Amino acid sequence: MGAYILRRIAQMVPTLAGVMLLIFVLFNAVGGDPALVLAGKITNKEQIENIRKQLGVDQPWHVQMGYFAFEVATGFNCTWRSFNDKPDAVKADTKADAKAQAAAKTDAKAAPNAAPPSGCQAVRSWATNEEVPKILATRIGPTLTIMIPVLVLETIFAVLLAIGVAYVRGTLTDRMIMMICTVAMSISFLVYIIVAQYYFGFKWGVFPVQGWSDNFWKNVVTYAPLPIMLAIFVGLAPALRLYRSFFLDEINNDYVRTARAKGLSENVVLLKHVMRNAMLPIITNVGIALPGIFVGSFLLEVFFSIPGLGREVLVAVNRSDFPVIKAATVYLAMFTMIINLTVDITYKAIDPRVSFK
Amino acid sequence: MSALMETTPAAPLHRASPGLWTLAWRRLKRDKIGMVSLVVVVFFLLLMVGAYSGLVAKNWSKEVGVSYSNPSFMAGAENLEAQQAGAVDKSAKVPYVDLSDIDPLAPKYAEWAKRTAEIKITDTPRADTLLFGGDKWGRDVIQKAIKGAETSIFVGLVAALLATLIGTMLGALSGYMGGRVGDALEWFYNVFTSIPYILLILAFAAVFKRGIDTIIFILAFTGWTGIYRLVRAEYIKHASREYVKAAQAIGASHTRRMFVHILPNVSHVCLVQLSQHVVQFIKAEVILSFLGLGVPVDSVSWGTMLAEAQSELVIGKWWQLVAASVSMALLVTAFSMLTDSLRDALDPKIK
Repeated sequence: MGAYILRRIAQMVPTLAGVMLLIFVLFNAVGGDPALVLAGKITNKEQIENIRKQLGVDQPWHVQMGYFAFEVATGFNCTWRSFNDKPDAVKADTKADAKAQAAAKTDAKAAPNAAPPSGCQAVRSWATNEEVPKILATRIGPTLTIMIPVLVLETIFAVLLAIGVAYVRGTLTDRMIMMICTVAMSISFLVYIIVAQYYFGFKWGVFPVQGWSDNFWKNVVTYAPLPIMLAIFVGLAPALRLYRSFFLDEINNDYVRTARAKGLSENVVLLKHVMRNAMLPIITNVGIALPGIFVGSFLLEVFFSIPGLGREVLVAVNRSDFPVIKAATVYLAMFTMIINLTVDITYKAIDPRVSFK
Repeated sequence: MSALMETTPAAPLHRASPGLWTLAWRRLKRDKIGMVSLVVVVFFLLLMVGAYSGLVAKNWSKEVGVSYSNPSFMAGAENLEAQQAGAVDKSAKVPYVDLSDIDPLAPKYAEWAKRTAEIKITDTPRADTLLFGGDKWGRDVIQKAIKGAETSIFVGLVAALLATLIGTMLGALSGYMGGRVGDALEWFYNVFTSIPYILLILAFAAVFKRGIDTIIFILAFTGWTGIYRLVRAEYIKHASREYVKAAQAIGASHTRRMFVHILPNVSHVCLVQLSQHVVQFIKAEVILSFLGLGVPVDSVSWGTMLAEAQSELVIGKWWQLVAASVSMALLVTAFSMLTDSLRDALDPKIK
């Protein structure tokens, strides 16, 4: 078990490195010169050169990659000059002149635990100059306020409905429900949101059209219900179809026939025997959906003005705010990996047949 | 000798057994829902080709009706916006004031009048009602929906083709080769799947310019992972089968074994995936275009139509919303059901 966890964590390292490389290539090579993006309408060459220096993009790419790794690890942005204060960084660059090295060493001796290195500053958004770690920390709350109820309720409803549909499998009701699900799935999420917002918010005034407050309970009671209901409603059709198939996969097994043969009622067979076995793929499926709750449904956040992570990233995309997108992507990828590992370990607790290989 | 001569090429004892595709087609033909879906999908594809070549919806951008013209089946309905648009035109005429004695440009008046006369202004008559209503600029909503279908289906189709190509190639390499190559590709796959899908799309959208080719690229380059996974599993299964070993024994190269021998046997997986991804990508394109990350402003897609419809709904103009969502729902339902039927028809376990 311990060895398994260690091995999995070891496997995460190259993957994470790959994610960082992908993001780095995307934003530094494909995205064009970051200095030009940041400078906007400034055409003064000197100023652009200055920005380039500040961002460190005048350095060779492997050095820039180092900056990026440092940013990810600490949340601080250090250009080369400030980076020289770090002894290990100096070691990495053998060409740095001896004087700087000596100075760095004495500095390091004087203040070995001085974090952050002088001249470094927290990674800031290009658009709002807010500190990026702070942005992410404050945006995660609203997203989870929406997504945790969605995930929990949707799973419960979908499982209950799936049992019901599995109970009447093959009948007209079953076929009708499946048909409705297919049609419901084919309508764009956008249409559901637009129509629901129009009727529930604008026309009937049951819920506010959009908005968010600082008070958690006010959010839960007034602002969150409509987006949560929408997400559940839209998520229900695909989940129901999938979970129904899980139940039907189990229903034809030998143990079900045995249970029926010994005279158990259909209720007991379904709710006790079939349910337990069908829960395994269902839990896997919830596990796959779990990392998604951190990104949230950015569409809901956009429509209902919920200051969550998804909306933040979308806003950042629209104003080319690269630091925010980079940070969100890398940190959420880390999150995803950790959650996936946790899910796999929890699996063992549920199904004793699972072995760690 | 004569006995040999007499042996005429007799009719073969066994007829060639029908292949997977023949069987699948026979099964699909028996599936009524599948056939109806196929007809609908083909109809939409023809519509796309027609709109592309200019046979239908050629004049979608012409402002043929009044602003927000009513659908013709509710011609009598009150339409404040349309009346207002007309009213603004009339009030815009400013009373004429003669400035010629103080205006330094006065000598040029005659020349300008002559030049103005040369330019012919054709005032296109604007219809009060259109078949299914008009948008803010008085463009026909049905034509817009057809043109939007062209964009959305084209993007979905090409992106799905590309994604299937990438996924199949990488999956084939990884599954067949295994070893170092397999590990490297697995790493690549892990990198792409550990980033939440939406974030991956948005990160790509952040650095690329807007355009139809860009959105196709983004969807394909972020959406190949599921296909890769399935194709890889199939290749691992097939690589050790006897027929592949036999091919190796007669000296078939790796490429030949991968793409001539194994590929036809896993192509049904690719086809079902292709069909499934078209649906997925059409939905994604609509959302991205809605958010302004998709097609450029001068073209129309179902997503941009929905974006306009959101504000139109508040003033009671529901027809653009209905036109875009119904045409999209129709195609996506048909495509999903066709995918299900294809999967059933191509399942080699059912004979």
